Amino acid sequence: MTMDRFYGGIDSGSWNTKVVLIDGEARLRSSAIVRTGADIETSAAECFDKAIERAETDRSNVISVWSTGFGRHSIDFAEDRRTELDCHARGVAHYMDGPLTIVDIGGQDAKVIHLDGEGRRLSHKMNRKCAAGTGSFLEEIALRLGVDIENLSDLAARHEEELELGSFCTVFTSTEVLALIRQGKKPPDLARAAYRSLIKRVTEMAVLEGLVVATGGVIAHHPVALEMMESMADCRVVVPEHPQEMGAFGAALAARNACSRVSK
Amino acid sequence: MTKARQRRLRCTARLKEVMGGHFSALAKASKTGSAPIAWCTSVGPAEILRALGFEVYFPENHGAALGASRMANRVMPRAHAMGYSQEICSYLTSDIGAHLAGVTPLAKAGLESIPKADVLVFSTNQCRDVREWFEYYGREWSVPVLGITAPRSVDQVEQAIVDDVTFQMEALIPPLESIAGTSMDSARLSEVVKLSRECSDLWKRCLQTAQTIPSPLTFFDGTIQMGPAVVLRGSAEATAYYRVLLEELQERVAGGVAAVEGEKYRLFWDGMPIWGKLSDNSTLLAEMKTCVVASTYCNSWIFDALDASDPLPSMARASLELFIARSEGAKQWVLEEMIEAFQVDGLVFHDSRTCPNNSNARYGMPARLQKKTGVPVLVIDGDLNDLRCYSDEQARTNFEGFIEQIADSKAFRSRVES
Repeated sequence: MTMDRFYGGIDSGSWNTKVVLIDGEARLRSSAIVRTGADIETSAAECFDKAIERAETDRSNVISVWSTGFGRHSIDFAEDRRTELDCHARGVAHYMDGPLTIVDIGGQDAKVIHLDGEGRRLSHKMNRKCAAGTGSFLEEIALRLGVDIENLSDLAARHEEELELGSFCTVFTSTEVLALIRQGKKPPDLARAAYRSLIKRVTEMAVLEGLVVATGGVIAHHPVALEMMESMADCRVVVPEHPQEMGAFGAALAARNACSRVSK
Repeated sequence: MTKARQRRLRCTARLKEVMGGHFSALAKASKTGSAPIAWCTSVGPAEILRALGFEVYFPENHGAALGASRMANRVMPRAHAMGYSQEICSYLTSDIGAHLAGVTPLAKAGLESIPKADVLVFSTNQCRDVREWFEYYGREWSVPVLGITAPRSVDQVEQAIVDDVTFQMEALIPPLESIAGTSMDSARLSEVVKLSRECSDLWKRCLQTAQTIPSPLTFFDGTIQMGPAVVLRGSAEATAYYRVLLEELQERVAGGVAAVEGEKYRLFWDGMPIWGKLSDNSTLLAEMKTCVVASTYCNSWIFDALDASDPLPSMARASLELFIARSEGAKQWVLEEMIEAFQVDGLVFHDSRTCPNNSNARYGMPARLQKKTGVPVLVIDGDLNDLRCYSDEQARTNFEGFIEQIADSKAFRSRVES
């Protein structure tokens, strides 16, 4: 068992809870992901325990834990919290110099965050009260096409024809898919059209400028989404290490920074 | 996040009495026929109506009460089912829905039901929806609907459009005299305009106290305190109330008393309040030591042009100078002035789904303003009354993220300066 000191970050997202442990040098030493489910505190604790086990350490070696994500206010064992806007920005800025545009696509929200040359946030946009442009949209389309969400990107990679789907509303788009199925359109082409729809919605939220960096579960698990974003935004899109855990990483960095401020 | 104390204004108790008096007078007129009743849009020609002896009822005030009491979403479906779209003004759909359901939150204030109008008088200076709203009741009760079709998106308030609206106001008087059963007394009209101007000046001075750091007043207080300026302008009761309110606010300024204890950040709110979330938004921001110090909404009842010596032309000019009636360029100029005057750290634009005319985030204004002033902006999706258009969780993350951004930026500036 290592006796190194750690800082923890918990990203309690709408679908998944992610935990990251970093060391005093801000190196990611372990991470874990579990389904959030209906009990936010329990899933956070379970995920945290997994990360500790993977780091081969003990809870007492974790100096400070901060939370982020939609469940950030519900995790009592976190000492403090920051929004996911802050944590994704903080995490990405740790690796890359600005100006940056961060595009984070999660289960139930999408965010575009602009950072200046110093890594400070200039502005942000979040999706409106609608699932279009989020992971939930892909879940719905996968269900309609009868495939597991994990296999949707592979299915889309086998496309032959470029189709267009609306990006205004998940339910309407799903209905469009039904109509196209009746017209004999093929599932791989429909899957690809779904990614196009999702990315179109996200790129409509704000101008992508500077170095564009993508984070979140959708980018981590759906290579077609990344390819589509580069094509539609007409720019190179960088995906950092551990894109899905970037919010938790940012929260861990915030915990570390707070401790270093106190000790100075 | 710590619990923050929001100081209540002492005179709120008196406010309830003043507003109660207004509703009692309407209830009496409605029951006994002691005075004719006119409905008027919130920034319509109320002074003409008051001078002719009408009891004046402002249904937008009822719309706000339906929103604040969260009755709106229960009653709106009745109006939607009749063909009034979910995309049009939710004051309109709430109010018509409540009428169809036979309920009103004003029952608590002594008005058992909305007062039946003898005439409905609109001005389209704020939007088209107010006319459609009044036309519904005109058909329902077979009473006349009169109004002013005012220019919108006004850049400079030129004399030609002032003359146009003045002419329309003059044309309203004969039919209104006929309904009221009396003739217009020009001295009485001047007196009412004088009282309206006094009310406007006092209300403006109240709002300007928020230029002080810390602010003695929040936007959320303002949305409640503006009641008499909306429904009683042109009356002695309104001016008397604002003298008391101003005194209390000046007392706070002199004592350095903050409306939000420990005020650290100052915001500006553009657009409509989210009535059903007023308390939630106020508490959330106060927890972050944030005071919303100014708004375009509360300023909507400031009529600098009113002049008792020239009643109708000055009323026409005042109705055209309103923020909501202006062009994007004129609006941006006003916002730039207010950012500076109130020393705000950020601007919140409420993009109100069913109120496009009072939502200024739809034609690129936030980005233009941030670029020009350097003051960060946030756009919140919501609605004045329809809470289906509002997400608590998204709003919370947006507000918290925005304040984090402002705090980090202030801390950075402070490090650089030291």
